[in-house]
Amino acid sequence: MAKNTDSNLYTVLFAIGMVIVVGSLLAFMASYFNPAISLNKKLEKQQNILFAMGVNESTLTDDPDDANSFVPTDKVTSEFGKYITEQLVIEGDKVSKDSLAYLIDLKKEKELAKNPNYTRRLPLFIGEKDGQKFFIVPMRGSGLWDAIWGFMALNTDLETVKGVFFDHKGETPGLGSNIKEAFFMDDFVGENIFSDGQFKGINVAKGNADPKNEDKNDNEVDAIAGATITGNGIASMIKKDVAMYLPYFNTLK
Amino acid sequence: MAEAVAKEKVVKAPKEALFSKKNRKLITDPLTDNNPITIQVLGICSALAITAQLQASIVMAFSVLFVLGVGNVVISLMRNIIPSKIRIIVQLIVVATLVIIVDLVLKTFAYELSKTLSVFVGLIITNCIIMGRFEAFALANTPWKSFLDGIGNAAGYGIILIIVGFFRELLGSGTLLGVQVLGDPIEKTGLYAFGYENNGFMLLSPMALIVVGLIIWVQRSRNVALIEEH
Repeated sequence: MAKNTDSNLYTVLFAIGMVIVVGSLLAFMASYFNPAISLNKKLEKQQNILFAMGVNESTLTDDPDDANSFVPTDKVTSEFGKYITEQLVIEGDKVSKDSLAYLIDLKKEKELAKNPNYTRRLPLFIGEKDGQKFFIVPMRGSGLWDAIWGFMALNTDLETVKGVFFDHKGETPGLGSNIKEAFFMDDFVGENIFSDGQFKGINVAKGNADPKNEDKNDNEVDAIAGATITGNGIASMIKKDVAMYLPYFNTLK
Repeated sequence: MAEAVAKEKVVKAPKEALFSKKNRKLITDPLTDNNPITIQVLGICSALAITAQLQASIVMAFSVLFVLGVGNVVISLMRNIIPSKIRIIVQLIVVATLVIIVDLVLKTFAYELSKTLSVFVGLIITNCIIMGRFEAFALANTPWKSFLDGIGNAAGYGIILIIVGFFRELLGSGTLLGVQVLGDPIEKTGLYAFGYENNGFMLLSPMALIVVGLIIWVQRSRNVALIEEH
């Protein structure tokens, strides 16, 4: 080797060169892939909303084994248009229709809502399947490590849960990450978010009082062992985010 | 699981014919007598964090296999031009860049898989086996040898991860890859009909350490040469 790789000048130049090469490579790749990635995210949101109201792959294939898979990405946009009849944006007392309401970023809205003069935009999706109407509420909260979010589909009485979907950014695999598993999400179906006319939400309870989840009026589902904080995050997310829709729901009842 | 093993064999079998005995040892040694987890005690942090489920263990094993194999080659190619004063930073940048590129490509072409992997991205970068192999092997050896060494060490790491994941999921949740193999704990069928209960403790990280300890015990009792003299 002719070069002296130990000299200070070489070290500095190498560092600068490396930063430029790696930086521009990553910047190029990020901007090159960005449109495709945001399309994927859009389709995923449509899949999630449909999943919460019980539209999944088995709706298309009639195979009950597919009930835990989303509608395939190539069909989701047409299915979304078919099953989601209305998308509303609630701003205080004002309710408007907006066919892009599903793209509202809940995280940004939450940040903006810290300003007391800002009226938070709340998206609400109304779906219809086999003559039944669903009111689908988006939610966002925090688990143990990072954000958790989901959708809750309510019956026309605006009290009974017809279906939920949860997802997370980085909960522990095998523990908190189980919130997106069917066995956990299915427990919510049929639960009532009200108790004696009062909004209660749904608690993720550790007591194991009702492991088969037969009592649908106890405002409780069974927690996942080892995922206490994620479960608490789910409960408080439901309590906080669904409560924001109650004023609007009261006008419908 | 069977698929995973089969894949590994397909990758290795044609290459082995080309290998010299010395090169072969680069792959086989880390699998047994120089295993990164049980002998060198590296990569323990991720072994504790993600082995509660067999599936997560397998995904992690393959992620590390890719990053370590490619990373070792990249570092080895650059070994003569890396200034020794900042070599650790250079290694870190190589791992981070690789992982970010993989993440971007997956997000574009395999969005579902990328969501499964998202947790592992951070864990791959911090895995001390990767930095350890860059520092100890790739900086001093040719790309081909470094590649074999990377694959071997990642496979040795992956095997332990999969063994630990197997026992933790089986005893902790009564499932394997999400399938209930011991019966239904709520309906009390299968083993549960005889009063068997899942051991919730297996789901917590300390049990991973104990399982790794048991593996080390078995390994050393079978190969006495591994026991250090004090």
